[in-house]
Amino acid sequence: MTRIGLIINPIAGMGGRVGLKGTDGLAEKARALGAPALSPQKAARALTVLARSLAGTGRAPGEVRLFVPPGDMGETVAASCGFRVQVLDLPRAAVTNGGDTRRAAGQIRSRGVDLLLFAGGDGTARDICAAVGEDQTVMGIPAGVKIHSPVFAQTPEAAGHLAADFIRGNVRQLCLGDVLDIDEAAYRRGRVRTRFYGCLSLPGSGRVQARKAGSEVSETAAQDLIALDYIDAMEKDTVYLIGPGTTTRPVMTRLGLDYSLLGVDVVENRRLVLCDAPEKELLALTRNRSARIFITPIGGQGYLFGRGNHQISPGVIQQTGVENIRVGATMEKIGRLKGQPFLVDTGDPVTDRMFSGYTRVITGYRREMVYPVL
Amino acid sequence: MAVNGVNNHPYIPNSAPGVRAEILRELGLSSLEDLHEEIPGFLKLDRKLDLPEAMASELELKRHVTGLLSRNRHCEDVLSFLGGGCAQHYVPAVCDEINSRGEFLTAYGGEMYNDFGRFQALFEYQSLVGELVDMEVVNVPTMDGFQAAATSIRMACRMTGRQEVLVPDIMDPDKFMAIRNYCSPDIRLLRVGHDPETGRIDLNDLATKLSGNTAAVYFENPSFLGVLQTRAQEICAMARKAGAESIVAVDPISLGILAPPAQYGADITCGDLQPLGIHMNYGGGQSGFMATRDEERYVMEFPSRLFGIVPTCKPGEYGFDDVAYDRTSFGHHREHGKEYVGTQSALWGITAGVYLASMGPRGMEEVGRSILDKSGYARQVLNAIPGVRAPGFASPAFKEFVVDFTGTGKSVARINQALLDAEIFGGSDLFGDFPELGQTALYCVTEIHTKADIDRLADALGRIIAS
Amino acid sequence: MDLIDRSATVRENFHQAKWDEPIIFELDTPGERGIRVPEAEPEIRAALGQNDLPDALRRKTPPALPEIAQPRVLRHYMRLSQETLGADVNIEIGQGTCTVKYSPKINELLARQPQITALHPLQPEETVQGILEIFYKTDCFLREFSGLDRFTFQPGGGSQGILTMASVVRAYFEEKGEAEQRDEIITTIYSHPSDAAAPAVKGYKIIHIGPDKDGYPDIEAFKAAVGPKTAGFFVANPEDTGVYNPRIREFTGLVHAHGGLCGYDQANANGLLGITRAREAGFDLCFFNLHKSFSTPHGCGGPACGATGATTALEPFLPGPLINKADRAGKAWYCFDRSYRQDKRSIGKVRSWYGVAPVVLKAYAWIMSLGAEGLYEVAKVAVLNNNYLFKKLMEIPCVDAPYIPGRQRVEQVRYTIEKLAADTGVTSGDIQRRMMDFGMHYWTSHHPYHIPEPITLEPTETPSKKDLDEYIETLKHVFREAYETPEVIKTAPHRSVCHQVDASPSDDPERWAVTWRAYLRKTGRGKPGQSPA
Repeated sequence: MTRIGLIINPIAGMGGRVGLKGTDGLAEKARALGAPALSPQKAARALTVLARSLAGTGRAPGEVRLFVPPGDMGETVAASCGFRVQVLDLPRAAVTNGGDTRRAAGQIRSRGVDLLLFAGGDGTARDICAAVGEDQTVMGIPAGVKIHSPVFAQTPEAAGHLAADFIRGNVRQLCLGDVLDIDEAAYRRGRVRTRFYGCLSLPGSGRVQARKAGSEVSETAAQDLIALDYIDAMEKDTVYLIGPGTTTRPVMTRLGLDYSLLGVDVVENRRLVLCDAPEKELLALTRNRSARIFITPIGGQGYLFGRGNHQISPGVIQQTGVENIRVGATMEKIGRLKGQPFLVDTGDPVTDRMFSGYTRVITGYRREMVYPVL
Repeated sequence: MAVNGVNNHPYIPNSAPGVRAEILRELGLSSLEDLHEEIPGFLKLDRKLDLPEAMASELELKRHVTGLLSRNRHCEDVLSFLGGGCAQHYVPAVCDEINSRGEFLTAYGGEMYNDFGRFQALFEYQSLVGELVDMEVVNVPTMDGFQAAATSIRMACRMTGRQEVLVPDIMDPDKFMAIRNYCSPDIRLLRVGHDPETGRIDLNDLATKLSGNTAAVYFENPSFLGVLQTRAQEICAMARKAGAESIVAVDPISLGILAPPAQYGADITCGDLQPLGIHMNYGGGQSGFMATRDEERYVMEFPSRLFGIVPTCKPGEYGFDDVAYDRTSFGHHREHGKEYVGTQSALWGITAGVYLASMGPRGMEEVGRSILDKSGYARQVLNAIPGVRAPGFASPAFKEFVVDFTGTGKSVARINQALLDAEIFGGSDLFGDFPELGQTALYCVTEIHTKADIDRLADALGRIIAS
Repeated sequence: MDLIDRSATVRENFHQAKWDEPIIFELDTPGERGIRVPEAEPEIRAALGQNDLPDALRRKTPPALPEIAQPRVLRHYMRLSQETLGADVNIEIGQGTCTVKYSPKINELLARQPQITALHPLQPEETVQGILEIFYKTDCFLREFSGLDRFTFQPGGGSQGILTMASVVRAYFEEKGEAEQRDEIITTIYSHPSDAAAPAVKGYKIIHIGPDKDGYPDIEAFKAAVGPKTAGFFVANPEDTGVYNPRIREFTGLVHAHGGLCGYDQANANGLLGITRAREAGFDLCFFNLHKSFSTPHGCGGPACGATGATTALEPFLPGPLINKADRAGKAWYCFDRSYRQDKRSIGKVRSWYGVAPVVLKAYAWIMSLGAEGLYEVAKVAVLNNNYLFKKLMEIPCVDAPYIPGRQRVEQVRYTIEKLAADTGVTSGDIQRRMMDFGMHYWTSHHPYHIPEPITLEPTETPSKKDLDEYIETLKHVFREAYETPEVIKTAPHRSVCHQVDASPSDDPERWAVTWRAYLRKTGRGKPGQSPA
């Protein structure tokens, strides 16, 4: 018996149709503007594919037990797809919010499911992340206005296929996906301010079918290799600023140090100096000191600076020196950029221009790639 | 350019002018010369390749190559006692039949579905060798015994985090060179001395050289010179005590009667499959295997493919799959990516499987016994020749043994030349590689030799030495 | 009876052989035997008297191998062979970068005579003049194809060829006292992963260069990469995309200007034989895969040969022995040059003996059956076939191929069906499984994918136009299914040998089973040779 959780954010995506950039906090307004509820339909599309796909390999939908919140958050859709449905013990709300998503996710995790599917957008991903962290394998069904976090399948159908592959055991590795969200209030005023909210555990890429070659390094292992390479080159009495992201984090875990996943951590002589340091502290710590910065582009757009690491301000960069800044990224991550150069948006065009040209990205242990920066 | 290509070549269907022109038209090209337009003129060869004229027919090709090959003398024609890592054994006809099958010969990188037979045959080969060496994990074969030894050593270094490996001072110099090249620059090989009387590893020297830096003790049983390491168990125990892995290279055809290294404490068993149903092929029949216990820490260090048996979505069906495809999820990351997999010697693995399936437990026991007896007999009759000492070492031996001709006052080179005149390939001359052993040769006697063959050798040697 | 209508080219009635053959241990019948062993004569036993092994080394229980009579052993393996989709029974287009071409039967027959199979590698030179001549002449042919000066046949495959190149590079700089300083090998992301992995064994740091917008290795990135730390540059050209880098000499020139060496991965040489060479492109080292371009064939993955060549300056660093031609009483005499044993410059050995002799022989025979004009036809028709396939596939709306639109590719193309995946949720990996239902191979790409949802196809000179059309029509048929009945593809294969595997045990140490005995133990069924518990 396979156990799957499903959470639908029924208001996700409503803002888009009526010209709102996201629906966070604006569900009522969207509804008033006549926005239709799209996410239940999208979730249903994913479930239909999942049921058909499993049936195709001889598994009846009845072999899958689906844990869902009541009403529009899951129950309604799930019932129509032929799965065995178990409704969670939660209040039925006419209007749902992030709190409902978090509560449902927490309860599903404690029930013990193999996979938690959620339909929504970046805001929903944030709520899921806040509730289950990295402890639960999840997958996003794209249904929101903002889909910047690489935690969603490409289409609802693709989500259904991937879930079926996962259940059939054809997906063997888990990977971590960054949860990103923009500040919607700022965005509506025309400013993009992406923040990094943590990571979710996702089924990795489909079953590797490249049997002519030997085993290639998984993305998670590659992140670890990058960290080892960086650690081996660490010098004494030098201040290291370790930027946010899943690629840079293994530097901290390999050193056995506490870390703030979302912030900038400062290390010297393999000891933690400061966790989640704000810009002011970074400026003070790097002033007249030998300093290094280790960063990774966050999310899918290839920004080295200006997305999720604003603490490393132009001032900090100037004090450290561009030559002392190293970038780490797995080959998979670079592959996802499809050749598009790294971008820099520190807010200071002069600083931005200092990066343009080529940089040696650490891609593994004693492996680098020479990659363009715009 | 003065190259025209050929029309209607039997291997090239689209060299038929009509269809070739049709495809060119489809591409909007007027001649074959219009292809390769992406290659700049200065990089193009501006002349015809300087090659011999092509054979006009298959028959002509056959005559030509057969003519060349007929200048070879071979071991089904000349009585041979050559060994040294490649030996003449009987190859059952089924082995050749199976490895001549076009489907196997021309398969390559298909999946477990459409190359199911390849996966099953290799899984079975792993399983059969697993019984022979009494271990649960065996790889899809690597290049040869050299590579198997070198890779076993790299595995041990990754597992222990150490970079010093002890190897015997008596081993095939070529094998030592191959291991050294594969393991340099980061791994140091330290040579352990031998007892000059017995030819076996000197345990005192081993004890001196073992340390907290030792990643592995590698040795061969039988040794390159055929000597059996009777104290193998002690060697493995000493290695273990020092926190090192013990790696033992074996001759797989011995394992019907000789204890497999796993039973005397070895951690990794490796060797060359050539004796198991594969022709010598002028040294082209080599194929390496490695085996370990079924423990995650070993499995994760194999650079090779490991085929595993799995269920499919349909009840009642076996399927096959790569076990632990991502072996980088298990520690030692600095050392990972330090090996690679490519085309190796899978067809010889399938062949070794056919051999073991044909031989069965009794066949393996009998062939081991036969080799032990025949080589023992050969030692006895050679030792009876005045001035000849066989074996050269006072140790039990298997299949190969050193014959010392120093007492005859003749060089091995001269003796072998005279043997050749008598249509015999004498044992390989060890003088160049092991001058300290005097005028010695390495003789190899297998199940293919009859008493008459051995007597013929002894007679010829007796005459040569007496002359 | 009416003639069967053969106008439809898609093999909808295909089904691969499926014998439902047990695992060999399940065929065990105690008392049966597959072959008799030539035992020692009674006289030998009598002469020896007691001839026992020391107790410590004697095997106490025989290996639990199955006991099976010969017909059943043969039938078992014949059936397994039938369940394998070799090139002899298949239109080989789908295993891109592998150059799976026709392997002439005559060459196999020639390589299976005792004049080669029963040769021992230590036989006196005078008894192996025939095979030595074949080695020597094949070396000369490869020199002519590459413009380099000397080849070794020791490497047992492409990866070992790359390892040999990396070892030679290291030995060269050790000789010059620059090995410490030069610790970087540059390669490109569309070269084979072994161009990075094998040099890493030799302790090199690997620097990757990505493609520019046209798919050529980015020369500006390359300029930023090359420098005093550069030991070597290992690259394929064309790379796996089929795009030929016309500025290759600028790349090799830059490496030489910085004192480094250049190694050419010629695994993709089939479309270039007699057209362009390693030397003119500025390479110091290269290797050819005899099992690919020279048809010897692949053998389920070896035995094979990655013949590796060097310029005269690097020849002393090659592994030995090499084979020389000399003059003896006015006649050609082929002999070994064993200087590798003493010459400290030589990397020594990478493989036992001299390489896989039957493979060298088959390559020799293949070259002799074609000659200069025939090889030109091979290269031209391989490229012709590839560009025909390319044109036809690019007419399909869901197929694309990044880089240099409208221009020619060499031997292969890496396509993308990203659009199909976005439209249908069917991935390239799914299409691969469905193509098996029509008896076709289909390959995606190495990981990680730099081109999304990739397909890599390489027709070589072997298929006819009809074969190419059948492959194209089959692909179109499967793409159509992806839009209309995606479940059929998702759950494929249906007509191959087995159905979708449950891969979950493969990563679980408690359940994975690399041998039958491990499988029996882990599933609680005892040991081989015992009745089930």
